[in-house]
Amino acid sequence: MARNGVISRRIRSDKIEGFEISAMDSQKEVHVLAVDDSLVDRKVIERLLKISSCKVTAVDSGRRALQFLGIDEEKKTVGFDGLKVDLIITDYCMPGMTGYELLKKIKESSALREIPVVIMSSENILTRIDRCLEEGAEDFIVKPVKLSDVKRLRDYMKREDKNHSENRGGTVNKRKLRETSDPSLSTYPSSISSSSSSSPSSSSSSVELDSPTRRLKMTNTDL
Amino acid sequence: MRDIRRSGRRDSTRGERKYGLFQVISPSRSAKTGLPLWLLGLGVDRLRTDMSRLLALLFHQGVLDEQFLQLQQLQDESCPNFVSEVINIYFHESEKLLRNLRGLLSDREFSDYKKMGIHLNQFMGSSSSIGAKRVRNVCVAFRAASEQNNRAGCLRALELLEHEYCYLKNKLHEFFQIEQQRVLAAGVRYPIQN
Repeated sequence: MARNGVISRRIRSDKIEGFEISAMDSQKEVHVLAVDDSLVDRKVIERLLKISSCKVTAVDSGRRALQFLGIDEEKKTVGFDGLKVDLIITDYCMPGMTGYELLKKIKESSALREIPVVIMSSENILTRIDRCLEEGAEDFIVKPVKLSDVKRLRDYMKREDKNHSENRGGTVNKRKLRETSDPSLSTYPSSISSSSSSSPSSSSSSVELDSPTRRLKMTNTDL
Repeated sequence: MRDIRRSGRRDSTRGERKYGLFQVISPSRSAKTGLPLWLLGLGVDRLRTDMSRLLALLFHQGVLDEQFLQLQQLQDESCPNFVSEVINIYFHESEKLLRNLRGLLSDREFSDYKKMGIHLNQFMGSSSSIGAKRVRNVCVAFRAASEQNNRAGCLRALELLEHEYCYLKNKLHEFFQIEQQRVLAAGVRYPIQN
């Protein structure tokens, strides 16, 4: 699923005019979008990420996050995703749109659903955690956020990168997949499958089919 | 112990530099500074000890927890004032929250406990993010009282909260003052050592 989405996204990016596709170069640094209504927490998370060699954009609400990502509730259009966010980390408790609602909106968007979303919360409530993971959150961090938490996130992405480049087979996801298949693409083998049918190849040993905490299958190098 | 007046260069290229409250004068003149002589270049270690001792005390009292240390780890040459910047934001926000809480509770007909809960959650969150353990714990108790619509309990909790916050603020101010002195004292060392 992820690969399809990623590829389709790459195509879209290629076709948008005036858009720099030096994607490969600019992707050495991970770009994280941090969402938190608390200024103190924004400062801290920003610093945690910067010190971990990430580019950071910090916004104070879910609404602003969606605007940044290119979907505005009012406009209901998908903007170019040239801002290339590799990870979204959001607080759960926020006025207006909660982190959970933001997560849902992101997962509902065909353009954005592959971006991993991590939820932060000061409350360690199991039902809350489960709900978020069920909805597709990659991870759930109990505040206060520490360097070790951020490091773990980075490791996620590195691991997924490595995995992805080795793993040319189809991947599985519970979510309904967007159908894409582009014959003009030569970078990936043509074994890309669309739709939600599972087509595990022998190399996709890391795929878990039913767990809500499925590993992320996307790579950020294609963004 | 070196006599600062005799060491260092005789020319007055160093001149006078002002650092806020403290004034550093070139070694050739008799030292007349905001800092006592023994602090200039010589007291860095002493100040560092003072800082550690203060921190240790605050840890021991449960006023701060390891999240404060985490903040310190985020401070480096590229971001040398990170901790004080974040803490100052925290102070600013906390005082606003305290005013709001006080305002809500001064109203005899107050009933908006939900709003109170929102302020408290914010206060709890930011306190935990900077390692203000005791303040955060009082917020937890405060929130419990508010969930029970217990106005008297809330008033008591607010008093305690204001008290804890005051103590924290004073101690952190002290901490940053010592740190500032240490930075200055360390800075003075360099020219003397040539």
